[in-house]
Amino acid sequence: MGNAEPGDGAGTVISGRGLAARRGGLLVLDDLTFDLAGGQVTGLLGPSGCGKTTLMRVLVGVQEVTAGTVTVLGLPAGHPRLRARVGYATQAPAVYTDLTLGENLRYFGTVLGLRGRRLTDAIAETVTRLDLGGLDRRLVRTFSGGQLARAGLAVALLGRPDLLILDEPTVGLDPVLRRDLWSLFHGLAAGGASLLVSSHVMDEAARCDNLLFMREGRFLAEAPPAEILQRTGAPDLESAFLTLAVSAPPVPPVPQEVER
Amino acid sequence: MNGEARVSREFSPVLAGATARRVLAQLRHDPRTIAMMVAVPAVLMILLRYVVSNSLVLNRVAPEYVGVFPFVIMFIVAAITTQRERATGTLERLMAMPLGKLDLLAGYGIAFGLMACVQVALVLVVSLTWLGITVPGSAVPMAVVAVLDAVLGMACGLFASAFARTEFQAVQFMPAFVLPQALLCGLVVSRDHMTPVLRWLSDVLPLSYAVDAMQRITASASWTSALGADVAVILAFTAAALAGGALTLRRRTP
Repeated sequence: MGNAEPGDGAGTVISGRGLAARRGGLLVLDDLTFDLAGGQVTGLLGPSGCGKTTLMRVLVGVQEVTAGTVTVLGLPAGHPRLRARVGYATQAPAVYTDLTLGENLRYFGTVLGLRGRRLTDAIAETVTRLDLGGLDRRLVRTFSGGQLARAGLAVALLGRPDLLILDEPTVGLDPVLRRDLWSLFHGLAAGGASLLVSSHVMDEAARCDNLLFMREGRFLAEAPPAEILQRTGAPDLESAFLTLAVSAPPVPPVPQEVER
Repeated sequence: MNGEARVSREFSPVLAGATARRVLAQLRHDPRTIAMMVAVPAVLMILLRYVVSNSLVLNRVAPEYVGVFPFVIMFIVAAITTQRERATGTLERLMAMPLGKLDLLAGYGIAFGLMACVQVALVLVVSLTWLGITVPGSAVPMAVVAVLDAVLGMACGLFASAFARTEFQAVQFMPAFVLPQALLCGLVVSRDHMTPVLRWLSDVLPLSYAVDAMQRITASASWTSALGADVAVILAFTAAALAGGALTLRRRTP
């Protein structure tokens, strides 16, 4: 992995070179070099605390980078022109719970540059996609857990972004909703969008076109699920992850300076 | 390079307006908060009227309180609202979207500024009619200064919220930031009778100029240059607090 140059091949949507980032004084991303192909659902899998959220924050440009470069859709991550093209959903659904769903979508849609007819159409399409019909006038704080998660995703989808960065969008949801969301993700990818979806639940790995296995701020593997299974000879992806984690070179101790 | 700077510094009146509407919609869904924002200063004035029964004393001190109450209430409401925006992740989401920091701050300014106008209108109507408080000349300078004080309180609250990691801390900024100012602004003891150190402290705190301006309004029927200077200081503190707020609203955080 990581021999291609940034922007190599029309299909690369994200590339990182020697990326490092600290969060709260600790080194969370450690010298990552990677290229992600577009038009796919890429799963970012790894245990809780391995750096998935920090990597996603880097990609949307809200995380300070300590070293290295990241290119997203041909521009430096966080570039102002990317802000309407990259959809981002944080782990906790970041919507205004003291507003109705309609008020949330209209506000975020306006911020994304949608006006008038285009705004109405985008909201109608997103509401249908996420099966949120009939909830328009309800306060978000009265929503069930599943409805709240879908409301958070709706905001990320609203601007029909070219790239979607979704932080654990399916964790803790019921099996039916999870299945529906994964089919939605693949539908979006079929429509030309690229998705990076994180999870710490290994049984979701099989649903991805491509996988990034992450542990302690480093990548263990970057390949499609079938290839990882073949390479490790493991019966399932969870065992494959464990095999890779055991065989990975030990992570050198990081001098953990406290910066604050 | 230049393109990036231009895009990120662009101010959009549409987005500021949309943000103001959003903040007002949040308030609308919380009628109890609106009721308290609008009614509490007026109720406190009624209470003051009965605490200070001497009408000569009341005419002198009431305008000072008209300047202080909206400041205090706007401070706390703005500090909590902004802290909540940080804590729930909506601020991070907005910072990853094409929204300028100035759009966000202006949106807050417009929404809370409108609330301040309603708040001050009610407190003045109650004070000048029902409570029979009189001011020399027109009530307009008093209204203007009271609204500016409320906007100053909002700006200080926005700035202070950057230093609160939790909503609990934001609430405690009320006694920590506001009560010392209330003690030093000339409301309790005249600023002229303070020891040099206290007087110096009083001179660098914004609320002192709010009370000072109100004292000048009760002393003279016309708009004096001293009053103009106080208003200029209030505006300067507001601008400084908003600029500080913009600096603390960082797109990228460590």
